[in-house]
Amino acid sequence: MQHKEIPIWFFIGSLLAVYGVLILGYGLYSLGDPTAGKTVLAELHADIWWGALLLIIGAGYCIKFKPSRN
Amino acid sequence: MSSHLITLSPLDLTIIAIYFVVVIAIGFYLKGRAGTGEDFFLAGREMTAWVAGLSFLSANLGSLELMGWAAASYQYGILATHWYWIGAIPAMLFLGIVMMPFYYISKTHSVPGYLKLRFGESSRALSAITFAFMTILMSGINMYSMALVMKVVLGWDINFSIWVSSLTVAVYVALGGLRSAIFNEVLQFFLIWLGALLIPILGMIEAGGWSGLSARIAQNLGNSSFTHLWSTLGSFTDNPMGIHWTGIVLGLGWVISFGYWTTDFLVVQRVIAAKDLRSAEMAPIIGAAFKMMVPFIVILPGLLGLGLLPMKLTGEAEAVATGGHSYNEVLPLMLARYCGPGLMGLGITALIAGFMSGMAGNVSAFATVWTYDIYRAFIKKDATDAQYVSMGRWCTIIGVLVSIGTAYLVMQFQSIMDYVQALFSFFIAPLFGTVLLGMLWKRATPAGGFWGLLSGTVGSIAMWAWVKADPSALRYIALSPNAKDMAENMYRGLWSWLICVGVTVAVSYATRPKPESELKGLVYGCTLIPRDEHVPLFHRPMFWAAIVTTVFFILNIVFW
Repeated sequence: MQHKEIPIWFFIGSLLAVYGVLILGYGLYSLGDPTAGKTVLAELHADIWWGALLLIIGAGYCIKFKPSRN
Repeated sequence: MSSHLITLSPLDLTIIAIYFVVVIAIGFYLKGRAGTGEDFFLAGREMTAWVAGLSFLSANLGSLELMGWAAASYQYGILATHWYWIGAIPAMLFLGIVMMPFYYISKTHSVPGYLKLRFGESSRALSAITFAFMTILMSGINMYSMALVMKVVLGWDINFSIWVSSLTVAVYVALGGLRSAIFNEVLQFFLIWLGALLIPILGMIEAGGWSGLSARIAQNLGNSSFTHLWSTLGSFTDNPMGIHWTGIVLGLGWVISFGYWTTDFLVVQRVIAAKDLRSAEMAPIIGAAFKMMVPFIVILPGLLGLGLLPMKLTGEAEAVATGGHSYNEVLPLMLARYCGPGLMGLGITALIAGFMSGMAGNVSAFATVWTYDIYRAFIKKDATDAQYVSMGRWCTIIGVLVSIGTAYLVMQFQSIMDYVQALFSFFIAPLFGTVLLGMLWKRATPAGGFWGLLSGTVGSIAMWAWVKADPSALRYIALSPNAKDMAENMYRGLWSWLICVGVTVAVSYATRPKPESELKGLVYGCTLIPRDEHVPLFHRPMFWAAIVTTVFFILNIVFW
């Protein structure tokens, strides 16, 4: 909040962005994996769009709440 | 066949491990910001409304809350939603609009601290000791239940789950105090939502929307009572919970809910840490807005389980005997239904985050009440601020260790679990009567406050013991021989609140009140509350409270 502290929103953004990359990456990788897709509604590829959503939210928070050098 | 429900992939384990690294890193990062008592116990009183509001809600969103109420919705249907709507929203708004000014302006550090200012040392001692005892007991019971779920769902060793998760909480709270607990709770809030929200989204796609789900449940169960909030509450025998609408409205909606959300220091502490009065008023309103949406990630998965799962879930004992699945497994079962590697790790992280936010809430509140309301008040009055901070850090660690001890005690004597909700309700309902009269009635005297609180608590215990000794007494306590445990808790809370209020009023009229000069900042009518006419409409707490109230009524009517 004050005192040049890194905002909690930046921590949240970083974590969500990392999770987004991991989940989206796995989702894209499993597109070519015939053994994937054992869950119900796997054909909707929730990992791809949910991972992308996490990445967008996370990146947005990282940019908006980037710690200031001053 | 595997003995557990879910097998985690290396990707899932990586996601969980990253979470643990980040929460501990936050604790180390904030260590330097917890040097004074105000910093360690009240986060420097500089939290914004959003941070305080999300933390206020997150401290209550334990993993047992998630899995327990998902199980309850499988068992009782949409009636479980009452604990999120009428059982929370009015009370949270009341805290923000009516009670927060007195907590905030009095500059108290805790709820027992407010009782000291308003009613004196004896009331503070009674509420501080009962709060400390109950908080640690609840923390241990939650810890054991969480470890048990991890064993059933993931096959993790109970000792491993208990020690790793609780020591992580001990490290980040002991290092960074309330600020670290609050920051992590906000982080956990995001993880809980983003980890759990996929279940209702995919579930509703599979079920064909709300009408499709309602039709499936009605077909599976042979009646439609599981998808109606109010229309089955006209009689104790018409609904699966065995409860009447008077119990829901007066017992849950008034006494139990107001008692918990307005006087339980575990949640109130987060709001007291706000940076100014308007932020403190807005925080519970923000919390209420999100609380209203929690049924979508908790109740809806239970209902989806009822409509979509091919197997029938049962009680714990039957599940163990038959090798089937229990109600408590409905949320993990739905998670396994829709989530593959990665998403599964996120969902499990949400459950772990829920457990840790609830536990951090317990230990940080315990550390504050012990240090300020027991240690400083009765054991060492003249210590320095640094010594109190040191005591707070040790208290956090000791509180976690005692919680772990309680978890092992519960493991040996599981019947404790049957009594804990009743034990908790002994103290909450009367405390609400005492705090409410203290804030709103100038004539309430110190003797009235103390004797009201004590008699309400003793009365509640006596009613519980009466029904235990003679089960037929249930028709007097809960107004019906058909009432079930939850209904009994609701009505007992209502009677104990009435006893507390009655005794407080009677004793107050028989004793001398405090002069008004001593009530400034503590009581309605003696306190100058800053007005916000100059504040734009969109920044006024009352405006947002009205919006939340409107949505609350609409939701109740839609799901009537």
